[in-house]
Parts: sequence; C-alpha cells; structure tokens
Amino acid sequence: MTDASSLRGGAMPRGRRQKALRARADAEIGPGEVELDGAGWGSKAAHALEPAWRDKPGLLGWLETNDHKRIGKRFIVTAFLFFLAAGLASAVMRAQLAFPDSHLVGPDLYNQLFTMHGTTMMFIFAVPVMQGMAIYLVPLMVGTRNTAFPRMTACAYWLYLLGALSLWFGFAINTGADAGWFAYVPLAGPEYGTGKRMDLWNNLINLTEAMGLMVAVDVSTVILKMRAPGMSLRRMPIFVWSALVTSLMIIFAMPSVMLAANLAQFDRMFGTHFFNPAEGGDVLVWQHLFWFFGHPEVYFIFIPGLGFISTIIPTFARRPLFGHTAVVLSMIATGFLAFGLWVHHMFATNLPELGKSFFTAMSMMIAIPTAVQIFCWIATLWTGRINLRAPLLFVLGFFFILVLGGMTGIMVGSVPFDLQVHDSYFVVAHLHYVLLGGAVFPLFGAFFYWFPKFTGRMLGERLGRWQFWLFFVGFNVAFFPMHLLGLEGMPRRIYTYAAETGWGPLNLIATIGAAVIAVSVLLFVVNVARSLAKGPLAGDDPWAAPTLEWATHSPPPAFNFVALPVVASREPRWAREADEPTHVSGLSAQTREGLVTTVLDALPDVRYSYPSPTIWPFVAAITVVTWLFWSNVTPSGMWYGLIPPTIAFILWYWPTRKETAEQQLLQRRP
Amino acid sequence: MIGGLHDVQVPAGVQAQAIFDLWQWLLAICTLVFVAVIVALVLALRRAPRAAQDTPPDVSSLSQGEPKLVRAVWAAIGLSLVLLLGLLAASVFTDRALARLPLANALHIELTGYQWWWEARYDDVDVSRTFTTANELHVPVGRPVIVSLAGADVIHSFWVPSLNGKKDLIPGRDTKVSFRADRPGVYRGQCAEYCGYQHAHMVLYVIADAPDDYERWAAQQRRPAATPATAEQTRGRDLFVRRNCAMCHAIDGTSAQGRHAPNLTHVASRMTIGAGTLENDTARRAAWILDPQQFKPGATMPAQNLPPDELLALNAYLGSLQ
Repeated sequence: MTDASSLRGGAMPRGRRQKALRARADAEIGPGEVELDGAGWGSKAAHALEPAWRDKPGLLGWLETNDHKRIGKRFIVTAFLFFLAAGLASAVMRAQLAFPDSHLVGPDLYNQLFTMHGTTMMFIFAVPVMQGMAIYLVPLMVGTRNTAFPRMTACAYWLYLLGALSLWFGFAINTGADAGWFAYVPLAGPEYGTGKRMDLWNNLINLTEAMGLMVAVDVSTVILKMRAPGMSLRRMPIFVWSALVTSLMIIFAMPSVMLAANLAQFDRMFGTHFFNPAEGGDVLVWQHLFWFFGHPEVYFIFIPGLGFISTIIPTFARRPLFGHTAVVLSMIATGFLAFGLWVHHMFATNLPELGKSFFTAMSMMIAIPTAVQIFCWIATLWTGRINLRAPLLFVLGFFFILVLGGMTGIMVGSVPFDLQVHDSYFVVAHLHYVLLGGAVFPLFGAFFYWFPKFTGRMLGERLGRWQFWLFFVGFNVAFFPMHLLGLEGMPRRIYTYAAETGWGPLNLIATIGAAVIAVSVLLFVVNVARSLAKGPLAGDDPWAAPTLEWATHSPPPAFNFVALPVVASREPRWAREADEPTHVSGLSAQTREGLVTTVLDALPDVRYSYPSPTIWPFVAAITVVTWLFWSNVTPSGMWYGLIPPTIAFILWYWPTRKETAEQQLLQRRP
Repeated sequence: MIGGLHDVQVPAGVQAQAIFDLWQWLLAICTLVFVAVIVALVLALRRAPRAAQDTPPDVSSLSQGEPKLVRAVWAAIGLSLVLLLGLLAASVFTDRALARLPLANALHIELTGYQWWWEARYDDVDVSRTFTTANELHVPVGRPVIVSLAGADVIHSFWVPSLNGKKDLIPGRDTKVSFRADRPGVYRGQCAEYCGYQHAHMVLYVIADAPDDYERWAAQQRRPAATPATAEQTRGRDLFVRRNCAMCHAIDGTSAQGRHAPNLTHVASRMTIGAGTLENDTARRAAWILDPQQFKPGATMPAQNLPPDELLALNAYLGSLQ
C-alpha cells in the first residue's frame, strides 16, 4: 500500500515538503475528520466515495454530469447514431448508382448526400467515437477517478451534439451542405456556394474541432499527469499511448482547419477575399490548410484503431505483446510522418514537381511504422495461444482489409499513378479499405471487447460472428470493384453515369455489397439491444485481461476505484510480485480527490481536487452555438452574441462556498 | 451511341503507357507483399494452439528474450524497406519519363473549364488561324499537344485516362498538361474535380485523327459559320441572333457573340451536346433546346418556350453548321 496522505517513501522525493506540512497539520487538528480511501469494496471508504461522486438525480444531474464514463458513453452512442445516419445516406447513393442513368435522386440531393456522408463519417462519427473511447477508457486504464478537466469535456460534448444536429437539421430542410466534405473554394465560397448550406458546414467545423481540441487537451493531460503511481511511460498500456499520440496530433492539426473554416466564413459573411483569386486571394491556400489537417485526421482515426488492436491481440493470444517498445515508437513515428503527407491530396494542382516527389517518399515511408506493428502482431499471434472470440475476429478482418488498403495507399502515393486515379473510384475504394479496415473493424472489435465493461453484460458471440462475416464479405463485394471502376475512368462524386461508359455491372455489384453491410450493421444493433435487455452478466473481468480497467466493477462505479491502484509492470493484472504495493491510500473519500503524478515516472506529486458537476458547461455550449448561428444571420450577432457566452464562462469558474470550505479543510488535513 | 475509350489499363498515348507500366510494377509487388502478410497470418493462426479466456497468460516473454522472433521481424522490416525504395525509384523514373515528352512542333490548346462545359481555343502564331470550339478536342496522332488549363469559375480537372493523368483547372492559377495520342480513336475524358451541380455531365472528348484528317478538320473549324442555304435556315439564323440565344452563345460570322456558353459556329460537327449529355442529332437537339433542364438539371441554359415552327427553323440552322 502506498500512502498518499503523507506521500512518503524513498521513491517520492517531492513528498518531503508535503510530509512536513502534513505532520504539522496532524498535530494541529488531529486525524479522523476526513474519511480516507484505501480499503476494499464494502468498506467505510467505499460508502463515503459513493455520495461524493454521485450525480444529482433526474434531468439536471443528466445535464450537469462530468463523469468521464457517462460523457464517454454519450460520445460513443451519439457518434454511432450519426454513423447509422451517414450509412443510410450512402445506401441511397449506392441505390442511385446501381444502374446507369438512374433517376432515383437528382443532382441536388445526391450532392448533399455525399457531402453529409463524408462530413458525418469524418467529423461527427470517426473522431468523436475514438475520442469517446479515450474519454471512457483512459482514466480507467491509467487508474484515476476522472479526467483532468471534466467540465471542459462535458462542454465539448454539447458543442459537438448541437453542431451535428444543426448540420442534419439543415439537411432535413433542404439546406444540407453540398460542396463535399473537403469544401473546396470557390465552390464553397460566397459566389458559388450561395444560401446558408456552407454556413452550417463551417459552423459544424468550428464546433467539432473545438470539441476535438478540448477533449484532446483533457485526455493528454490525464495521460501525462494522472497515471497511477508506478505507471512510468514505459509501463503505459498501448491504447493509452495511442490516445496520447492522437491527442497531441489533434492539438497540432485541428487549428489549421478551424482557421480555414473561419477565413471561408469571413469571405462569406463580411466579403473578405482570402480565397478570391480576382482580388489576390488564392484558392489553393484552402487546400493546404484543409489537408494539413485532413491527412493527419486519417491518422487520428487510424491510430486509436492500432491501439485497440494492440490491446485486443495480447488478451486473446494470452501473452504480452511482442515488441511493445517498437509498437509504441511506431505509433509515435506515424504521428510525426502523418504531418508530411498532406500534399499528396494535391498532386493534380500546379505545385512544384520536385516538392511532390518529397511527398511521394513520405507517403511510402509511413508504411514502415504500420508494417512494424503488423509484423509484431503476427509475431504475437505466432507464439500465443489463441482464444478466437468476436473481438479477435474483427482484428483479423483488419489484417486483410487494412493491408490491402495500405497497398493501394502506397500506389496512390506515387505521383504519376495518383494523377491517373486521383478523384476516381480507385481512391474511393482505397479510402474505404483504409478507414473501415483501419478504424471501423478494430472499433467493432473494441465494442465487443469493452461492451462488458461499459454495461456489465456480454454481447452475443453468435450474432457477433454473423455480423463479422457479413461485414467482411459485404465490404469486399462493395468496395473491391471500385478499384476497377476507377481504373476504367469513373470519377468520384458523380450522381449518374451513361450506360455506354460500361460502369453499370460493377456498380450493381458494389450496391449489393453495400446492402450486405447494412444487414451486418443491423445485426450489431440487434445484438446490442438484446444484450442490454438480457445479455449474460460479465463480471469484473470476462476476458482475464492485463490492464487496469478490468480491476474494477463492470460497469465501474462513479469513482472508478475504491483505492487508486499502484502499478509495477506493463501488464499489472498478469505479472505482479507478491510484495508490491497494490494501491494508494490516504486520499479523501468524502470529496472528489485524486492524485497528480510526474510525467515520466508517474511518481506521486500533488493531490488534486476534481471539479464538481455543474450546469454551466451545458449553458456555455448553448450560448456559443447561438452566437455562431446568430452571426450567420446578421453581422451584429457576431458582437452581441458574444455577451451570453462571456457570462456563462464567468459563472462556470465561479467557486462555490462548499467547494472552498472543502478545499480549506483538505489543505489542513490529511 | 458515343463510346470512347476511357481506361487506365488501355493506354493510347506514350504517357498513359508509362503510367500503365508503373501500375503493373506496383500491382505485382504490392500483391506479393499482401499475399505474404496474409500467408504469415494464416500460418500463425494454424500454428498457435487454441485457448480459452481462463487460460493463464504466458508471461515468459517478459523475463526472457525471443531472439528468433526478433530476427524474423527485422528481416521483414528490411525487406519492406527495400521494396518500398524500389517502388519509390520506379515512381520517380516514371515521373521523369512523363516530363520528358518531346514537345517540338507541339499543338497549343487553351482549355477553360466552366460550370459544366469546356471551351477550347486552338492557338496559332498567326492569330487569324486561331479558332474556338467546345467539349471536343481534335488532335493529330503522334504530335504532342500542350494544353493550357484555366478555371473560369470553380476548380475543374482535365482527365483523359487513356492519354495521360489529370491536371486541375484552378481559378487564378494557370496550369499546363501535355500529352500525345499514338493511336487514332475517340478518347473520353470527364471532369475529375467536383465542381457542383452537374459535375456528372461534364464530358470532354479527345478525337485523335490522322494528321491529314486533323488538318482538314482544323481548316473547317477556322472558317466562319456556313451561310444558310434555305429559307428555313435563314429564318433560324435570324431567330438565333434576335432571340436570347445570342446572349450567351457565339456563332462566328454572325452578330451572335455571347461568351458565356459553348461557341456554336460548327456545332453540327460535334458528336454530343450538353458536354456529353446527349447525342447530337436533330431530334435530341430539338428536345435539348426546348428543355435542357430535363436532361441536365441545373445547367445554366434555360428552357426555350418556342412555337414549333420557330424550333424547327432554329434546329435546321444549327444542323447546317458543319
């Protein structure tokens, strides 16, 4: 047991000063005023933690909550619902393209459909669902009670939800964005993107990117400063590494697209000329700013997928990951290289040819870190003993699909070949192989793996296998023919094609594959509904897994752990020496208290009081969204609309008497 | 109906051929690597014994090294690096080959992309020999062509898969692409950068003719429009210049000089109307004039509410513009 109340011990030099302070406090007021944590389930401390971390009942508590598990689940469920909506949009597109000269939908609706599909999948599904997984899992995996800035993450969710709803509300009233998910100017600019369609899109970008940044700051702070004592960087679980790399990438990439969206919105609202070539603006600036974000975005969807795989494979191969350090370094290398690829989306523009060759080299080199990880996973499976359950099945599907997508990725990285297939269906095939193979397959694996932790119940294995095989077969039937369509000259984003192009039969096959995918996703929804109602109870650790999230109840209580764990190895639940300390004790159980540790070695540093839940993040989100839409309608909204958010943010930070009193008590004791 | 070759795998020009050769290398090596990874995965799965979730984990790797495994992984990484460098070299050499197309005696064309059609101006040092056409390029077989690309409104992209890779037409930034057609034939191209409503109907045909045929075609294009031969055609011409047609379209040799829509001086010599939307025959042309929105919704040309006799006269005149 490591005693945090005194933060003593040879390994904790920083504790000495606190120790002296504590000793003086002890002498002044005596022990016993504050219930300390550290005992097991059912102890007095556990009973004290429960009210300290409980949300208010009813709607107010639901709106106020800053419990990372509730917020994480919200992100995941919301993102999944939008995944279904975007999937339906693609179903309509596939139905339209099944036959040549089809009149099922016209160009106006079709253009909105593919814009909504791409925008939703990239901004409203993929990034939020991965961040939701991180918000839920990271504090559990690093052994702490909540995220570092839970109010900010609560606010981020509301910004995201309101932004996503407004975009789809626009679509419902025939004001859906229609310039593509990349929104190239001048098509999305004031002259050719008339109406409010692209205003809604730019708002969405502002809101989802603000969300992304807020969550990334929160998650990276938890990872760097709130790990369980002893969880030095080299003992950190791989999924936590993936969340850290992703969060840091988001912090560097997202400001770029926010800037671009705001410049575009200035052009649209105030008549500036950032992207107007007639007045000295440059349309390629948009493309640089967009892809400087857009290409790393692919990797911050993909890297969490790598984290899922590196977590699932060891558990189901019943051995630690082979090449842990190499895998971590590969993810970090991917994070850096990902910022050197953006121009390969712009090979057909008039950028200097020599520069393009550099981006070809980078595009090919980024295959190396992914290859290293794939080899390490195969080595792990090779020497493991395999428990072939649904989560692993989805990971194996990843191997086939992502490796194929990676191969076409190397192909399109080559400037001359890319000039042929760029903006053709070859790229549509490539990107779906990479994004579904690299993110959605591992994500479904992760759902099967962590569903017991989220809900306390197991997902159905049989339905899971059906879902996997239908998804796998349907996916390949839908997307493999698109490679050939691209080589046969079919461009992307066309709402119809003439019969004499000869693209009909392959398109029909692709549409049949899409229908199979739809059935498979439906099976997943049925599986979740059935399991929630009457799935078998999971117990704390149904997979006998190595990481800390399995060291607490399923689903975990609001305070996560009765006592914060102490870690002495990479697989804390698999390899543990008998005489190691197992948990921290000495933190207050009656208030929301946690431990801040050092960045590299995770030595206990200071005690930290988590913020309590409050309604202001929710109110602030509403006022910010109102301000954005107000400014779209009238320029004065730009200024007057700022007043409500200012008030909301001030009240957000206003300390309450109760909190102040608690803080003062804790400063004196323990 | 108009077909036209549009396939990366059926190259008809020296550059498309170079890219096709590169593609075959890429395909061979990538297939090899893909198969190797999948075989390794399948072998691993067959080799490893099965376990249940209550099987105690094997943590021996934490205390002792796995030198054989480490060597195997390093070997795989080394091989991947070598193959990637090979592909990189192949890519760079192909790039150089594309750039080295001999451009002596090249034909110069200025191609401008509009929502949703193409305007082509054939340049000549002798200005009187320049001419303008739309949606169809004729080029001589075996002679290099330099196309200067400009976007008039939004970004478009020039892509004729059987001849060369694509190049964007960017407002405010002029670009160039060159190609050479080595076999006579009709090559279909289509705008490859999403450009709004009717991105799907923005086809560009490149017709590679034998040099003599090309010269004949070019000589024909340089002439002003044919003078009407019949009274009906004359009426058609008068209708064209008096009604709103002339607001957007031009017919050289008449007072119709609009610059917002395809130049119709030799419209009857073209294969399609509406940038590949419809075959160019009398009936379809009449239907198009009456209501283009039916075939290409969102196109800038409005429906023309013409009495039948005026429509016939107009159509007869346009049909005479060989």
